[in-house]
Amino acid sequence: MNLPFLVQQTMFFAIPLMVVALGGMFSEQSGVINIGLEGIMIFSTFMGILVLNIFVGIIPAQFLFILALLVAGIAGMIFSSLHAYASVYQKANQVISGTALNMFAPAFFNFTMRNQTGSNQLYFLNQYRIPKVAILGDIPVIGPLFFTNTYISTYIGLVILAIAVFVFYKTRFGLRLRACGEHPQAADAAGINVYRMRTYGVLISGLLAGMGGLILTIPTTTAFGGSVAGYGFLALAVLIFGQWKPSRIVFAAFFFGTMKTIAATYTSIPILVGLGIPGYLFKSVPYLTTILVLAFTSKKSVAPKALGEPYDKGKR
Amino acid sequence: MFKNVNQEALKTIFASVVSILIGLIMGLLILLVTDPSNAFLGFQRALLGGFNRLPRSFGEMLYQATPILLTGLSVGFAFKTGLFNIGASGQFIVGGFAAIFIGVRWTFLPPSIAWIVGLLGAMVAGALWAGISGALKAYRNVNEVITSIMLNYVAVFLVNFLVVATVFNQTRNESLSPTNAFIPRGFFNDLFPRTGVHMGYVVAIVVAIIIWIILEKTTFGFELRAVGFNRHAARYAGVNEKRNIVLSMMIAGALAGLGGALLYLSATGVHIEVVDVIPLQGFNGIPVALLASSNPIGIIFSSLLLAHLNTGGFYMQTLFPTEIINIMVSVIIYFSAFAMITKSILEKYLKQKGGKNA
Repeated sequence: MNLPFLVQQTMFFAIPLMVVALGGMFSEQSGVINIGLEGIMIFSTFMGILVLNIFVGIIPAQFLFILALLVAGIAGMIFSSLHAYASVYQKANQVISGTALNMFAPAFFNFTMRNQTGSNQLYFLNQYRIPKVAILGDIPVIGPLFFTNTYISTYIGLVILAIAVFVFYKTRFGLRLRACGEHPQAADAAGINVYRMRTYGVLISGLLAGMGGLILTIPTTTAFGGSVAGYGFLALAVLIFGQWKPSRIVFAAFFFGTMKTIAATYTSIPILVGLGIPGYLFKSVPYLTTILVLAFTSKKSVAPKALGEPYDKGKR
Repeated sequence: MFKNVNQEALKTIFASVVSILIGLIMGLLILLVTDPSNAFLGFQRALLGGFNRLPRSFGEMLYQATPILLTGLSVGFAFKTGLFNIGASGQFIVGGFAAIFIGVRWTFLPPSIAWIVGLLGAMVAGALWAGISGALKAYRNVNEVITSIMLNYVAVFLVNFLVVATVFNQTRNESLSPTNAFIPRGFFNDLFPRTGVHMGYVVAIVVAIIIWIILEKTTFGFELRAVGFNRHAARYAGVNEKRNIVLSMMIAGALAGLGGALLYLSATGVHIEVVDVIPLQGFNGIPVALLASSNPIGIIFSSLLLAHLNTGGFYMQTLFPTEIINIMVSVIIYFSAFAMITKSILEKYLKQKGGKNA
């Protein structure tokens, strides 16, 4: 068993889930369901990889990756503004407009790719891996675990976590955002512009889902096929599992990431092989354990009170 | 009273038509930008859809409409009872497996009965699978969205395992053909020769009508909807809300499972491939249901619309990538989310007209 390898794998699964789920948190805490995370991830990953491919060889790899992450985030924001407009200003059914995003993104990717290249695989150069971080990689134990064979996106993900926690708990903006998801009428009476706060919530979810798509894709493959393998939906599950709170979302994402790593690499763990469980069933472990944990912890689970309800100033 | 109901339906239909028009126009614009010389020909084929090459294309359209009609009903039924069944894909594949298993292994049944048993088996399998989400929601307060997302994956892995263990065609890495339980083609054979459509489409229509009756005309359906509207109020009114949540989910699962059977018992060479991919038909149930505002009768038409456009996509694929159809559908869905506005515009118009008459 190779512990550093397992930790690295867990990071590749858990960090993007965490980032996207944190994005979803901002949207849902403001009162808007965002089921379109999957579509936002796909759309933004497409844009991010286009940037990678345009500037490859011109800009140094790590800077390019950061640039692509920013572009993916902005693309996600722009794409999610469609959802914000429909669900906040048009008081549309939030599930419907989110579903539209989920349907549009892969269709748009495939249509554009087939039309331009005839194939639906978007290849990119595998040059973003950091074999070993200078100095930090030489620290015993911690070095090999967290600072070798890594991607800059992992650390960016952790920075995003820190910023998200700060904004969510320690700023006026975070408090107002939560008020809009909990009791928009009261928030409005207190002088908060509910529509604007909800728009911000959705846009932040677009930003983070956009970055999350690229954070997921770059370390795990060398060709993007217009799919993020259901990670947008899994992030939604992590968000609910995490009860819409940052600390629990982190726990949920890493719990799921660890289980996923075990399921993917169980053949290298002798104890698990000894159990004699067929491989097809082993792949279910992360999903089943999540359900099991939820069955024992959900009794008191509470979603933001006004989640999914369009806010109408005129309605009492 | 009756007049009001009709007007409400009229408004919904009007709003849908507007969304469809916007979606089609967007599609045409994209085609014009992509390749102006072929845009109108391609658009024409997309619009013609099931009428491109009669009678064959029409039969293909009905064949395509069959499974998504059922998954649409599944999602729609759950919506009506206040649940979001995002797990139709899992229930679909579990049902499909049960049907294939019966078709391959239960050769003691005569073919005339085997397919019916296959459909029933699929419904039971789908119902039990969805029942897990329902029970967890009712008794452990676990959000059904999360369990059904997770169970989608588990379903795919489990079905792969079971296919390999029981009904495996090793050379092609897929399930064996359930030849004993192929759904008969009946009169469709004469109407639409050499197409996939079978009596399952009639089954689907009948089921849609039954679901409509259950929801709108029975006390049972009223109770289910009451629980969906306000769980606590329903309990206060004496409804066993826990049991009803489980039942709602199980019925939704049975519908999706039936959809799986209707696809995999077609004699068109479809098999369950042993790959780790969640079947799309389940997710496609969501737009089908949403376009029809979850009304079972409306779902008959929305599934036809989607199948119509997809058939059109097939006939235009020499000119444009077929994904243009999904782009159009996504635009249609997006604008159908705005249905409220178009409805209120119509309301104003009707009021003005009514005022003049009076």
